[in-house]
Amino acid sequence: MTTLTTPISEATIRALKVGDEVQINGTLYTGRDAVHKYLHEGGQLPPEVNLAGGLLYHCGPVMMKQDDGTWKCTAAGPTTSIREEPYQAQIIGDFGLRGVIGKGGMGDQTLAGCQAHGCVYLHAIGGAAQVLAECVTRVKGVYLLEQFGSPEAIWELEVVNFPAVVTMDAHGNSLHREVFAHSQAELAKRL
Amino acid sequence: MASLLDSLIELIRRTSAELPEDVNAALVRSLEAEKKGTIAESALKLIERNIELAKRKSQPICQDTGSVIFYVECPLGLDQLAFEETAREAVQQATKKGYLRQNSVDSITGKNDGTNTGPGAPAVHFHQHRSPETNIRLILKGGGCENVGAQYSLPAEKLHANRDLDGCRKVILDAVLQAQGKGCGPGILGVCIGGDRATGYEFSKQQFLRKLDDRNPEPKLDALEQDILKTANELGIGPMGFGGKTTLLGVKICAANRVPASYFVSVSYMCWAYRRQGVTLGADSQITGWLY
Repeated sequence: MTTLTTPISEATIRALKVGDEVQINGTLYTGRDAVHKYLHEGGQLPPEVNLAGGLLYHCGPVMMKQDDGTWKCTAAGPTTSIREEPYQAQIIGDFGLRGVIGKGGMGDQTLAGCQAHGCVYLHAIGGAAQVLAECVTRVKGVYLLEQFGSPEAIWELEVVNFPAVVTMDAHGNSLHREVFAHSQAELAKRL
Repeated sequence: MASLLDSLIELIRRTSAELPEDVNAALVRSLEAEKKGTIAESALKLIERNIELAKRKSQPICQDTGSVIFYVECPLGLDQLAFEETAREAVQQATKKGYLRQNSVDSITGKNDGTNTGPGAPAVHFHQHRSPETNIRLILKGGGCENVGAQYSLPAEKLHANRDLDGCRKVILDAVLQAQGKGCGPGILGVCIGGDRATGYEFSKQQFLRKLDDRNPEPKLDALEQDILKTANELGIGPMGFGGKTTLLGVKICAANRVPASYFVSVSYMCWAYRRQGVTLGADSQITGWLY
């Protein structure tokens, strides 16, 4: 088990390989469909959001506003990442991301972006919203909430021991590509 | 309809936070079957912990609390308009309590007003029966698994699928292959052979009201269900698409008549976070029993 603490260096990321289990400490920023399209079209990040050396989490959490005005994260599993495939490689390069967290894996463009810029794809367990919300120790901020609504906003989350698996590394390897090819061949034998 | 409102909110809470017993049992079996020390095993252990935690905290198993779909079996004479109004109110209140995410977006403006209600949300399907009881079943279907549903029109030349049950088998297994990783596995398939494009999907989703351990009364469909379950679990896709032994927990197939020109096979996919529950209501709309 490798521990990753944000901000993360390029050397740390390039040392990871497919199949490695990691736990993450530090800051995650959520960003999903609306945020990716917005950034792709030239939208500006709020000045408080610094993605350099950081991790972007494909997640639309359940957030409850507390009486004192702070937010509590009550469910926070990953959403399916492949929808961001048209945008992800560009955003990795433009903002200096070291990792993208989501589920289901991504395609060849993102894999090439990971290799070029020193980034990995970290697979969180889909549906495990409670285990992952327990890793969120504090909601540090929220951005673009009014514009995009709660699930699509950028949430800044402090996390401790957030579990994930490297399924696409910075060396051009993808577990998703491997499993697809294997299962396709196995299916062909059974038709 | 105050007690109906309370009953519906309780139905939503329990559906969002607790998996039905048959699904739990199937997940426990898949964890026992998985190879020790693999990431597939790690994933299933985390899923088990998640299920326990959600139940204990009465919070959503998955943050995507999905499309809210009610199936209502009701006696003749039930005021359906009043019921729908109460169902909308229940969804709004359940959202405020955090049982549901603010999950409903205006498709034209892109705005999410946070109420979780709007055109088509929630969906309520009524079926009358000649019994004094009202049974309400609820499915919360997340977007990740909804997105990997597929509808095939046979013959499907590229898949060498003709208009027969073997052709159906080929396209259903193709849907399993294509869904890997994206819909959170191990998953469950609901399939309708026949129907039109709308009823095909509709009936395929109604298959999710069946329990995982039931058997299809139609022998040919039962054989197809068992065959697809066994074959899919030999492909090595595994939990989350990480590779592993359990790709599917169940396959449920129905058939509907079709017009001669059409032959649709509609496949709906349900993730492991298979949120399905139901209640029977007494005369005063109090919950008198749970259906799963």
